[in-house]
Amino acid sequence: MDGPLIRLEQVTHRYDPGRPDQVALDGVDLEVAAGEFVAVVGANGSGKSTLAKHLNALLLPTEGAVRVAGLDTRDPGAAWEVRRMVGMVFQNPDNQIVATVVEEDVAFGPENLGVEPSTIRARVKEALAMVRMSEFRARAPHLLSGGQKQRVAIAGILAMRPRCLVLDEATSMLDPSGRDEVLNTIRRLNKDEGLTVVHITHFMEEAGAADRVVVMDRGRVVLQGSPRTVFTQARRLERMGLEVPPITALAGILAAAGLPISAASLSVEEVVDALCPSS
Amino acid sequence: MLRDITIGQYLARDTAVHRLDPRTKIMSTMLFMLLLFLVRQLAGYVFLGVFTAAIVVLAGIPPRMLLRSIRSLAFILALTFLLQLFMTRGEPLFRLGPLVATREGLNMGTFMICRLTLLVVMTSLLTLTTSPIALTDGLEHLLRPFRRLGVPAHELAMMMTIALRFIPTLLEEADKIMKAQMARGADFRSGNLLRRARSLIPLLVPLFVSAFRRADELALAMEARCYRGGEGRTRMKQLAFAARDGIALTTVAVMFLGVLFLRGRP
Ligand SMILES: Nc1ncnc2c1ncn2[C@@H]1O[C@H](COP(=O)(O)OP(=O)(O)OP(=O)(O)O)[C@@H](O)[C@H]1O
Ligand SMILES: [Mg+2]
Repeated sequence: MDGPLIRLEQVTHRYDPGRPDQVALDGVDLEVAAGEFVAVVGANGSGKSTLAKHLNALLLPTEGAVRVAGLDTRDPGAAWEVRRMVGMVFQNPDNQIVATVVEEDVAFGPENLGVEPSTIRARVKEALAMVRMSEFRARAPHLLSGGQKQRVAIAGILAMRPRCLVLDEATSMLDPSGRDEVLNTIRRLNKDEGLTVVHITHFMEEAGAADRVVVMDRGRVVLQGSPRTVFTQARRLERMGLEVPPITALAGILAAAGLPISAASLSVEEVVDALCPSS
Repeated sequence: MLRDITIGQYLARDTAVHRLDPRTKIMSTMLFMLLLFLVRQLAGYVFLGVFTAAIVVLAGIPPRMLLRSIRSLAFILALTFLLQLFMTRGEPLFRLGPLVATREGLNMGTFMICRLTLLVVMTSLLTLTTSPIALTDGLEHLLRPFRRLGVPAHELAMMMTIALRFIPTLLEEADKIMKAQMARGADFRSGNLLRRARSLIPLLVPLFVSAFRRADELALAMEARCYRGGEGRTRMKQLAFAARDGIALTTVAVMFLGVLFLRGRP
């Protein structure tokens, strides 16, 4: 199919119709292309989770429209197909695992879709292999680490054969090694399997890995572009309560002081290369 | 104390009893319970006891585990026995103040002890040899015919699964809260019953609040994964009866009929 996988047109959302002044989303226009890795950043309460829930019909727009692969999320007949195509990983690893055994939990989604038992088994095996959790298939989920639980949650979505994976601060409750596990997993799925990824995070370093960064502030998309172009706006980001990664901030200071370096450097290696070209 | 009770525990082994279909085990246990209350001769209980012991051996369950479980129920067993002994009318055996023990009471009391002990052992055996998932699956299948009567078979099974999934998580959380409160000087262990009960409030309130938040998030996550009740849902693991299930069910059925037959005679 042509066109973007997900398209939001002038989406406005109010949780409480009785309070029209409180808008969680305020005329958001956004497109996500198939195969893209989009990071969404924004301060607390800027509407990131509200946006995420619009992508799989958990919330419906008060005004405007959300289309996923051409399906309007307001169409009641389309909601389940939309949820199959756009899987969601939530923040708390404990509160999204349903079953008492890892492989049973991965099977939960396809079971809901009424998939044939032998096909479910094959998909569960494949999905666990994709997140490198095959050896844990018979474990009890509560004995896994946070990063492992989130990978199980991702496998549970992969088993539904989705087109897009939305992670709503799925790394925020994890320790650094758990965060790396999850981040590497989604990066690999995006590269190797061509899975579209929408990664909501408040860690700017994580946003640096994306193809495109979308910045939200008070219910609006205020800035978007490649991580480099977004990170050059350090001042503006700071005013919205966001901080660029430390290495980018350092590069910015050095560039301002007249050193030959890009103000939007994303990694230590890049800074080293710019400062010591010979090495 | 509470930990010693074996009902609800699962002991993973690879034995013929473990491999039986959960439906076979649930149905057999139910028939067995019925039997326990139909038998009226001591010989009958001896027979059922031997049968139970045979299963314990077959299933490779350490008898010590079951004995400990019975021991933690000793008080209830003793109380039941005494109540039966003194409260049943009939031929007097001896007196204890105003209380009269009777021969019929002695019989009834002994039967009650046999019944309760075998009941506890049998239900323990069911859960010890059947994984929680298999157990809920079996229950869901067995309840399915009653859906017409309004029994929410799928919902009950789903509730059991989620409860089993979250019990360890909530226990862990309770432990954390308790340690946090103790660090602030809370005391859960001393004082009389009332005081101890009251000291649980700072534990239970946060636990409940968190359980409700978890329930909310879980419901959302389930909806996001296309959960919409049992309608049109398939299962990865299919239950299947095998030859051994036929043998097991036949054995229990024959036993049942035998007891009914003997019951008709003096
Ligand atoms: N269920 C709800 N009912 C009413 N208002 C809500 C609800 N959920 C969110 N809001 C409000 O909508 C706005 C956007 O919230 P949202 O959760 O989308 O922000 P967020 O960017 O995900 O924040 P965070 O970083 O804290 O997760 C906030 O002002 C919030 O108070
Ligand atoms: Mg949020």
